[in-house]
Amino acid sequence: MWKQPAPANSSFNEYNTFPLPQTQRGQSSHAHGPVGHTQQPLVTGTSVLGLKYDKGVMIAADNLASYGSLARFRDIQRLHPLGKHTLLGVAGDMSDFQWLKKELDALLREEDALALTDSHPSLSPKNIYELLSNLFYARRSKMNPVWNAVLVGGWDKVKEESFLAYVDLLGTTYSAPTLATGFGAHLAQPLLREAYEAKAGIDGEGPLLTQEEAEKVLEDCMKVLFYRDARSINKFQIATITSEGVTISDSKSADTYWKFAEGLRGYGAQTQ
Amino acid sequence: MTSIGTGYDLSVSTYSPDGRLFQVEYANKAVEAAGVAIGLRCKDGVVLGVERLLHSKLLVKGANRRIASLDEHIGIASAGLLADGKHLTRRAREEASSFRENYNSPVSVQILSDRISAYLQAYTCYGSVRPFGLSSIIGGVDKTGSKLFCIEPSGVYYGYRAVAVGKGKALAKTELEKIVNKDLESQQSGNVESSLTCKQAIDEVARIIYLVHDDNKDKEFELELTWICEESGNKHALVPEELLKSAEEKAKAALEEGMEED
Repeated sequence: MWKQPAPANSSFNEYNTFPLPQTQRGQSSHAHGPVGHTQQPLVTGTSVLGLKYDKGVMIAADNLASYGSLARFRDIQRLHPLGKHTLLGVAGDMSDFQWLKKELDALLREEDALALTDSHPSLSPKNIYELLSNLFYARRSKMNPVWNAVLVGGWDKVKEESFLAYVDLLGTTYSAPTLATGFGAHLAQPLLREAYEAKAGIDGEGPLLTQEEAEKVLEDCMKVLFYRDARSINKFQIATITSEGVTISDSKSADTYWKFAEGLRGYGAQTQ
Repeated sequence: MTSIGTGYDLSVSTYSPDGRLFQVEYANKAVEAAGVAIGLRCKDGVVLGVERLLHSKLLVKGANRRIASLDEHIGIASAGLLADGKHLTRRAREEASSFRENYNSPVSVQILSDRISAYLQAYTCYGSVRPFGLSSIIGGVDKTGSKLFCIEPSGVYYGYRAVAVGKGKALAKTELEKIVNKDLESQQSGNVESSLTCKQAIDEVARIIYLVHDDNKDKEFELELTWICEESGNKHALVPEELLKSAEEKAKAALEEGMEED
């Protein structure tokens, strides 16, 4: 079972407990045996947007799963309902997303089965979010991250309030009335905040956006993302989560305007 | 029981000279002491019903249910030792979820029943264990339609149109036969597979349970009704409160009527 002790001049000490088994200092990088990248995302989804409005939460994501820069799968739903009052919007690796769906669906089925006999309450959005953030942090700590950024939107039946929070592959967590992952955090988040604060104020004390207003803002943001994010597609879905439950819209697209492109000079095969 | 004092009844791993396993037969006795459990297969789903006898007035209403979910689409109603039932339910849930894990599709009622029965049967092979004091009715709707099975302590299981186990199962079975026969007659004339709907079936199951209930021996009971049909989204769920109430009212009325006739 135990091997011979490593010779003193060995470049790699597999018995080290701390630091973890690693190359001795001063060795060149290709001498690293077991150390390397744990994985890389392969088929990926881009930004997810989330926004609280007066009746609940809206989450938007487009239908594209890219293979690198190739727009490989154009009909992928990245919004996944969990029970009656929770929904995930998932960016990042799509196979990890599929695995996540399977795991969480199994968990919810188990909860449902118990609910019938013991009439115990169903998992709240917060419960699911905490579970996810624990999972993501535990996995990144094993150097084997779940390669996603997730928005959890929901309706808390007990507190009678909406829920919106973010967790990503590093186990980073935060919550805000407007949220966005990836490119959306740079391009859409300022627009979402602007619209949100225009009514609710910086402290969020004022009235929230109405359903129509919220939908309009999200559609605008999806358009901006389509213009500027090369991994996006002009085909997206918006989910709404209210006290009534989850509804996911059919795929739709934003009206785009490309006339200005004719005036652009310096790209492509132009003669003048 | 003829076995008393004859030996052969201490271990399930020893046959009696006439080829019986007395421990298994004793396990059946444990089932017969329990409140009746009924399963009824309809054209649009399955209904499960249980007469849950209350041994104390101090019990919380709705506690210690005997019907449980094994998966979204499968329910189990058990009669016998409550703790054995809980263990088996847990085991069957694991079986159902492992099937999903392996094949990424819901387990069929037939396969799940088969696996549970194999588990029960193993407890009739060894001297170190006792058989489950349990008869379980497993009902569900899968892609092959609505299915109903009953597994006995020996591990044997059969598929049914309707089945009853526990105290007063004989009376319950004759009542069920009447329903099934009526259904068969209407089939022959109308040329449909089955005309009984789950909504009608819950009234029938409630009526039978109230009929079978022995007022003199057992004081009180709670009626448990679950179903799997379109109304429940093809998921195993409790029968909604209003429907349960009205089924109980009708059952009580039918009972009164029956008494007047006598």
